[in-house]
Amino acid sequence: MRIFLNDEVRDVDAGTLATALDVLGFGGRKIATAVNGRFVAATARPGTKLADGDRIEVVAPMQGG
Amino acid sequence: MSFYGVELGSRLLLGTARYPSPAVLAEAIKASKAEVVTVSLRRESGSERAGQAFWSLVRELGVRVLPNTAGCHSVKEAVTTAHMARELFDTTWIKLEVIGESDTLQPDVFGLVEAARILSEDGFEVFPYTTEDLVVADRLVEAGCRVLMPWGAPIGSARGLNNVYGLKSLRAHFPDIPLVVDAGLGVPSHAAAAMEMGYDAVLLNTAVAEAGDPVAMARAFALAVEAGRIAFLAQPLEPRDMAAPSTPVIGKAALGD
Repeated sequence: MRIFLNDEVRDVDAGTLATALDVLGFGGRKIATAVNGRFVAATARPGTKLADGDRIEVVAPMQGG
Repeated sequence: MSFYGVELGSRLLLGTARYPSPAVLAEAIKASKAEVVTVSLRRESGSERAGQAFWSLVRELGVRVLPNTAGCHSVKEAVTTAHMARELFDTTWIKLEVIGESDTLQPDVFGLVEAARILSEDGFEVFPYTTEDLVVADRLVEAGCRVLMPWGAPIGSARGLNNVYGLKSLRAHFPDIPLVVDAGLGVPSHAAAAMEMGYDAVLLNTAVAEAGDPVAMARAFALAVEAGRIAFLAQPLEPRDMAAPSTPVIGKAALGD
């Protein structure tokens, strides 16, 4: 399945957001996620099914002012 | 001083961006005695670890974090970012920025009020980055904000307090709302001036982070904030046009012709 991870095209074999994050190397990391511009809570990731062309945003803590 | 029921000893809030190194950042935070630091969130790939390392550093310092929605130009973007920040940093506090103009990074006050209402109704405790406009401030309070953060000058400009009249009016208009001058401060005297006016706190980043010696500058700002607060409580004189001799003239020896 072809998805966009932070605007980059990726091919992943994953049915849910939780699985996709594991496959993409985010397992156990402090991150927050959105799919197609909507926030997806960590608890909702296993139940969030992905479809071809979905846009996933993964963010982590960063310095800010 | 308290923000949303949280008592704080320090009236200086410090940003965590643009320091020469993580070690300097950590030392600057300690020197500033800040109890609240601002943080943000950005995209991270599966192979990067920068965000994780930064988070470990902040946690070790034991300070409270105030996540921002920096870089957001729409209500939707700001609201989604706030939700991500709430989960990531485990706090209901959010420094709400909705940017309306890219040269000055001036807040889009219309979007700001709308986003503040949405987030307040959703349980967030909003710290809106706003202008000194009284009517906008009224709307933000109506929307649920219990702290207001007017700009001193455009972010990173180091210009200080651009509109002293406007900031004084805001202070007079909202005697019971914690007010924080956020953005645009360049040197400690700017922070002292804000505090002498009766502002509750100041928030700054670049003035410390990009100083030649950020740790020393953090300490200088801490001292200025404290001095300004003490001065405010000591009730400063009002300026006057004519001289008023400080030395009594009565009893002066008559030595002239």
